[in-house]
Amino acid sequence: MLTLKNLTKIYHPGTVNEMTLFRNFNLTIHDGEFVTVVGSNGSGKTSLLNIICGSIPLEGGSIFLDEQEITKIPDYKRMKRIGRVYQDPAMGTCGSLSILENFALADNKGNPFNLKFSIRKKRIAYYRELLRTLNLGLEDKMDVKVGSLSGGQRQAMALLMSTMTDLDFLILDEHTAALDPKTAEIIIELTDQIVREKGLTTIMVTHNLRHAETYGNRLLMLDRGEIVMDKSGEAKANCTTESLLEMFNKISVECGN
Amino acid sequence: MLTIILGILEQGLIFGIIALGVLITYKILDFPDLTVDGSYPLGAAITAALVVRGYSPFLALLLSLIAGALAGVITGMIHVKCKVRDLLSGIITMTALYSVNLHIAGSANVPIFQSTTIFNHPVTEALLQGPLGTYNILLVIVVVTIIAKVLMDLYLKTRSGYLLQAVGDNDVVVTSLAKNKGTVKILGLAISNGLVALAGSIMCQQQRYFEITMGTGTIVIGLASVIIGLSLFRKISFVKATTAVILGSILYKACIAIAIACGMPAIDMKLITAILFLVILVFSMERRKKVKSC
Repeated sequence: MLTLKNLTKIYHPGTVNEMTLFRNFNLTIHDGEFVTVVGSNGSGKTSLLNIICGSIPLEGGSIFLDEQEITKIPDYKRMKRIGRVYQDPAMGTCGSLSILENFALADNKGNPFNLKFSIRKKRIAYYRELLRTLNLGLEDKMDVKVGSLSGGQRQAMALLMSTMTDLDFLILDEHTAALDPKTAEIIIELTDQIVREKGLTTIMVTHNLRHAETYGNRLLMLDRGEIVMDKSGEAKANCTTESLLEMFNKISVECGN
Repeated sequence: MLTIILGILEQGLIFGIIALGVLITYKILDFPDLTVDGSYPLGAAITAALVVRGYSPFLALLLSLIAGALAGVITGMIHVKCKVRDLLSGIITMTALYSVNLHIAGSANVPIFQSTTIFNHPVTEALLQGPLGTYNILLVIVVVTIIAKVLMDLYLKTRSGYLLQAVGDNDVVVTSLAKNKGTVKILGLAISNGLVALAGSIMCQQQRYFEITMGTGTIVIGLASVIIGLSLFRKISFVKATTAVILGSILYKACIAIAIACGMPAIDMKLITAILFLVILVFSMERRKKVKSC
């Protein structure tokens, strides 16, 4: 369970550009929830994810993961129990390392990075099996440098890598936004499958209203740092893309865009 | 002629150890580390100070390695903890080391002609008897360089080694793996400068004196070797990067030696070095890539 209590996030504090994004922002995400988050640019979606991960400083409030307060814990330590996939497919993988080497790195998350050999022969068959489920033909390219793969292939790898070890929480930051429509569908399907199989608590930011409506079991709409829609269970299931779009247009008109 | 070739191989291989160190910072970590201009003479200063007092030259190798690693840690701490830019962090440590090296060596110039080195140590002489004894210096250097290279190859295949490669490639991945990217960078700088100081220690014993100015341009030697090696030999698929940079440093040393043999005065050494480095940069693929990324 993730709890955000009374968050305050101010950009450029003390300058003429000072901009308060969150003021007393509260949110609780329960175990097993797959939350989709929509909102216009500048509504605070990505800031929210960055705050959860500790990538940006916070001016006030506290964050709890299960019962533990993680507000002051540095970003890399939080990632022990959190997986994250970024919008840019290049962010989740190392381009100069091969597919096998990337998997070997991801597979060792949570264990010490010591002087044992990184690639475990026993695990290669497992990696190959994982790749086979993608249907992207990567299972025969284990020694190919990841930098030479397409964006979709890299994003699929990033998704597999971030969920390879046990997680409490999966964060998806517009992870299909940089992909072509067909590849985006493959990746979102894969995401849904992994989240269901592993029963991961997930928060997914997206600009695709249909994805937000189709996937997950809770939907949030953010506008200028506030939650303007929060639907889960039945209410979420009855939600249509049209009704979302209508709400979305309303807040966009208020913003003047 | 034979003396020249021996000199090229001996000093070229020592430069090879520098190149292994610079390979880590420049190529793997993508960190332009000028600390090496200080850590190379640091190894030499420690070695001169120890062997003059009659301590074992092998102990000098070990202590140089450790001291160099510490210098790397300091640069890393300045960069990671004080958030100083990478280039400046190295310059700060390098500048400080100049005084430190003078303190350790005791003066700007320390000859060690009378002292026991790794080349004429009883253990070495016992191992290299008969005809081998003629080439004892070269053989010892070959052995040390190969050990350094093989250890580095093995290290780069370990979990820690992979993390090191990941931090230079994409440090977001390292954070995602719940590892502190700063610590990994510090580790890389420690290994790199440890190797460079080791090279300084061997060079001091090979030329049989310590000189405070010997560190000037170490980074150029290292970079030139790495760039020559990678652009010439890396295309051959079975040649590892570590092998390529050692070959590169021998070639680089040969170029310098030829320039001197052609009658260039010794005072023009650094000028030749700089011009040669520029030529290498211009003609290697490396240039295009680096200029683009700037």
